[in-house]
Amino acid sequence: MNSALLDIGIHHYLILGAFLFTIGVFGMFLNRKNVIVILMSIELMLLAVNINFVAFSAYLGDLTGQIFTMFILTVAAAEAAIGLAILVVFFRNRGTIAVDDISGMKG
Amino acid sequence: MIIQALAFYLFAGILSLSALAVITARNPVHSVLFLILAFFNASGLFLLLGAEFIAMILVIVYVGAVAVLFLFVVMMLDINFSDLRKGAMQYVPVGLLIGLILLIELAVIYQTWSLDAITAAASISMANMGETTNTELIGANLYTNYVLPFQIAGLILFVAMIGAIVLTHRSRPGVKRQKVAQQYARQRDEAMEIVKVTPRTGA
Repeated sequence: MNSALLDIGIHHYLILGAFLFTIGVFGMFLNRKNVIVILMSIELMLLAVNINFVAFSAYLGDLTGQIFTMFILTVAAAEAAIGLAILVVFFRNRGTIAVDDISGMKG
Repeated sequence: MIIQALAFYLFAGILSLSALAVITARNPVHSVLFLILAFFNASGLFLLLGAEFIAMILVIVYVGAVAVLFLFVVMMLDINFSDLRKGAMQYVPVGLLIGLILLIELAVIYQTWSLDAITAAASISMANMGETTNTELIGANLYTNYVLPFQIAGLILFVAMIGAIVLTHRSRPGVKRQKVAQQYARQRDEAMEIVKVTPRTGA
């Protein structure tokens, strides 16, 4: 057996975080019109960042990463709440959530 | 060690697959449910890393609050989701390109980088924790060294709460509400009328 595969180090977590972040970025392009899925992609990207933070925290023996993970969680929760509120208001006014319709500020 | 590796690959595999399912599912309700699965597996990974408190917070905050909020909104809004997927495929090539570039860049960074390069001393060392639990250490530091960021985080949540309420609150016409100020401003003259009733005339 390959010991690099079985010996779980920080690189495994970092690669997972990179993969998850890439999925989040790709999800924003795949669902260009659907704001709800775009918000979920942002949540996935924040989760990838959190995984990186906690992995560094664990492997460096430094708790600061875990504390900052909590602040990221806070901001993510606030962002989701505000984003969904804007979405609800937009749907009430326009009857759709397609983001490419949002061009009212172009003049 | 084998069990740890197996657990890592199990959690990481399910996390990656459910993340892919989140962005490719046709029905957004399924997307939200896969997002919940992804968060559960991420919290399993955090448990593997020894961050129990963050793992529990992730389940409570994300699954208990954020994902349920998403589920509420998805189910509450009456949206024709099949229309939203029309023409989505034209963005796939550029999305794949950007995702691939990002992944290659990150892979190059991780190939050439090693943990030994970091020599900075830990600001909050977990080396000699002894009997102290993860939660206790987080609490001891969050409320002492990080008290200002903690308060600011509370402020951000407060502003977000007010913003969400102000945005989504609407006053519909025709709804009868109690107007306390008007009730208190009422004088005796407008509320009462003294009628002189003559006796024996009836009515």
